[in-house]
Amino acid sequence: MTVRVEVNGTPRVVDTDPEKPLLWVLREDLKLPGTKFGCGAGLCGACTVIMDGQAIRSCQTPIGSIDGKAIMTIEHVTATPMGRRLVDAWIALDVPQCGYCQAGQIMSATALLTQTPNPAPAEIDGAMSGNICRCSTYLRIRAAITRAAGGVAA
Amino acid sequence: MSITPVLDRRAFLAVSLIGGAALAFEASVPLSAETSGQAAVLNAFIRIDVDNIITIGAKNPEIGQGVRTMLPMLIAEELDADWSQVRIAQTLANDKIYGPQSAGGSRSTPVNWLPMRQTGAAARQMIIAAAAAKWSVDSASLSTDRGYVVHSDTGRKAPYAAFASDAAKLSPPDLATVPLKDGKNFRIIGTDVPGVDTPAITQGKPLFGIDIDLPGMVYAAIEICPVFGGTIASVDDSAARAVKGVIAVVSLNSSIVPEGTQNALAVIADSWWTADQARQKLVIQWSDAAQRGHSTAGYDIAAAELLKDAPHHDLQRTGDADAALGRAKRVVTAQYSYPFLAHATLEPQNCTALFAGDTLEIWAPSQAPAGGRKLVAQALGMAPEAITIHMTRIGGGFGRRLMNDYMVQAAVIAKAVPGRPVKLIYARANDMRHDYYRPAGWHKLTAGLDATGAIIAIKNHFVSFGADGKAITAAELNPLEFPAQVVPDVHYGASYMATNMPTGWLRAPTSNAVAFAFQGFLSEVAEAAGLDLPEMMRRTLGEGRALAPPERGAAFHTGRARAVIDAVCDKAGWTSGKARKRVKDKGRGFGFYFSHAGYFAEVVDISIIDKTNVRVDKVWVVGDVGSHVINPLNALHQAQGSVIEGIAQALIGQKIDLIDGAVVQENFHDFPLMRIDGVPSAIEVTFLKSDFSPTGMGEPALPPVIPAFANAIHDATGKRLRRLPLQLGEPT
Repeated sequence: MTVRVEVNGTPRVVDTDPEKPLLWVLREDLKLPGTKFGCGAGLCGACTVIMDGQAIRSCQTPIGSIDGKAIMTIEHVTATPMGRRLVDAWIALDVPQCGYCQAGQIMSATALLTQTPNPAPAEIDGAMSGNICRCSTYLRIRAAITRAAGGVAA
Repeated sequence: MSITPVLDRRAFLAVSLIGGAALAFEASVPLSAETSGQAAVLNAFIRIDVDNIITIGAKNPEIGQGVRTMLPMLIAEELDADWSQVRIAQTLANDKIYGPQSAGGSRSTPVNWLPMRQTGAAARQMIIAAAAAKWSVDSASLSTDRGYVVHSDTGRKAPYAAFASDAAKLSPPDLATVPLKDGKNFRIIGTDVPGVDTPAITQGKPLFGIDIDLPGMVYAAIEICPVFGGTIASVDDSAARAVKGVIAVVSLNSSIVPEGTQNALAVIADSWWTADQARQKLVIQWSDAAQRGHSTAGYDIAAAELLKDAPHHDLQRTGDADAALGRAKRVVTAQYSYPFLAHATLEPQNCTALFAGDTLEIWAPSQAPAGGRKLVAQALGMAPEAITIHMTRIGGGFGRRLMNDYMVQAAVIAKAVPGRPVKLIYARANDMRHDYYRPAGWHKLTAGLDATGAIIAIKNHFVSFGADGKAITAAELNPLEFPAQVVPDVHYGASYMATNMPTGWLRAPTSNAVAFAFQGFLSEVAEAAGLDLPEMMRRTLGEGRALAPPERGAAFHTGRARAVIDAVCDKAGWTSGKARKRVKDKGRGFGFYFSHAGYFAEVVDISIIDKTNVRVDKVWVVGDVGSHVINPLNALHQAQGSVIEGIAQALIGQKIDLIDGAVVQENFHDFPLMRIDGVPSAIEVTFLKSDFSPTGMGEPALPPVIPAFANAIHDATGKRLRRLPLQLGEPT
């Protein structure tokens, strides 16, 4: 099946099994490995990308179901002002440890701040609770989101 | 503690001048030396380019512990470089050139503290010698300043690059005697240095093993016998082979590797997703009847029976513990237990291999690549020298990747498709069900107190897993486990059960479990003596002194322990007895532990939410890891991450169950990991500097938080929870 999607601002045509998850299309077909495979079940958030403004789990998204949609991945997130601010905050606070979950964390945070520019602490925890960080960088994830939102940087 | 020298002159001789540059670092690092002949390789770790950019080789596996930043800091410090002129390159796995290259036991710091500094100092000395010759001055009249050589008599100053190629022709000085900086002159060690890969991580750059992409690469998914120790009876792979894109189905026999790697089938396809879909179409009959009797419920029952009797094996006997208990004023006894745990690294196990007949190239997220090379050589019947191992960044290690089962599997799979690189990736359920698990354990602890409340005797019957009368991997107990060396009459013993589960080291191995049992129990003993745990610890530790070292590991220093205990009580405002103001549904607990040569005392504040839920409000951590905290920023992160991981082990229901010889849990719904909404609002970390050589930060902050948390629950509710994972609603 031929699927047309816009990825990071560029129209792409993918000829593949419509059941193939977006995650693997990004990683294998489009050579965008920043989006990570963690659980394959929508439980860890490592594969989070943004589709039409919403954070989605690309491992649970068959490519055939998103024909015509626009996807943004970690490789392109700094092209948006909110993504730029978040990544800057991430670097300033040296958020990552192993780093494997961080693309998903940044994508979820970008969707959060795009929709809720000044989230309360409970809103940050609520929006980010779908993203697991096995190294537990959570204190800095909270602080980086707060900083990017223009609040006090912890 | 004795430090084994890890580098000798080979590190310098392996690469001499420009032509040897390709040996020094991964081929992916641009080597201007090869084309322009303008860069100089001073030794296996250091290259200086004409623009005075200094490239430093990072030799150890990076699992998130910050070693790719920390080890080069040591070299840069003694080279007297400016950190801003430093670039980092990953070295290949080659312990003949680079010394030990593993990520385990919080050993990178103590093992490399001197050798990495000596490497930098030797290179600096060579640069000075070259400058002295060029300027016709005495070496002693030259100094260095952040990547420049300075002749203060004449005011001359030139970048290292001006002398680097001359320096590279000189004989390196003796590493053992090369002068090192006085600690008070450090400019990089002791400063907050962000992770060298942080920018690349935030851009989604391909850094991890799973990100390896090679021309013509194919992918493999694996189906491993669910029952540990089972074998393949029969296979119908016709449906799997019929899937479009499938290239081959490869059988992996358990005999290829030691350490319990299981019989398996791998499906190779042109996409990992396709391979994994086809894997699920394999029809396999396993021969596993002999192993199906194993279950964790069965282990629980058997352990309870064993604890009723005397231990089968002695671990430690001092004096006569039974006689001392007979004359004790009070006797306290309690049983503690903890479950099997998976590592659950977020990056699933994976490895890429390219078999080319005489040679094999591997890209591996391994914590112990040298061990993997040995196993692969053995499995494929190849010379170790014919195997090249590229070390990738690792999406979480926690000890899982000290095992190299996936590396051997990838190599065997690659051999089936010569000339084509194959990337093996475990599906999450494969990963969860084919780990090397933290072994479960059970303790029956008994202590006797005299009339003054002092501990006069202690007994521990430890039940875990073993074979031939010996504990299996990670199921050991330190025979000198505190307070064995400070109590007059001691009997520690062990009884072992057989298991079919592969076991392994999980971050702070043995300590992550034993701390809970011993500090929890000592808290009970303290209570019986009318004391709190910090005070009982102070009295039991006594005067500051180094105790006799155990067979393996560092000697315990009671003074360092007391110092962190006092400091954390001070920081947290710990109060005892009547001075303590109690607040309903609030609790506070203390824990101390010494592991991996680090001393950590921690205080946990909690709130009881309802009958089954508890929230951690704040944690205070005080640690002593020696005279210098090399990268305080990263040390803070390691301590905070360790604390949260410990809370996860205690609080959120982590356990691995075995039924009919196979693991039940498969993903993060039934093996939960900590999420952001369970994390305390603050974890305050303080380091005490002591007059001891620096030691590692990957592990020692984890163990004490678990008993501190359990003790906080007791403080708030009066309940002693003695089984991990803790369940507030559990009857005690």
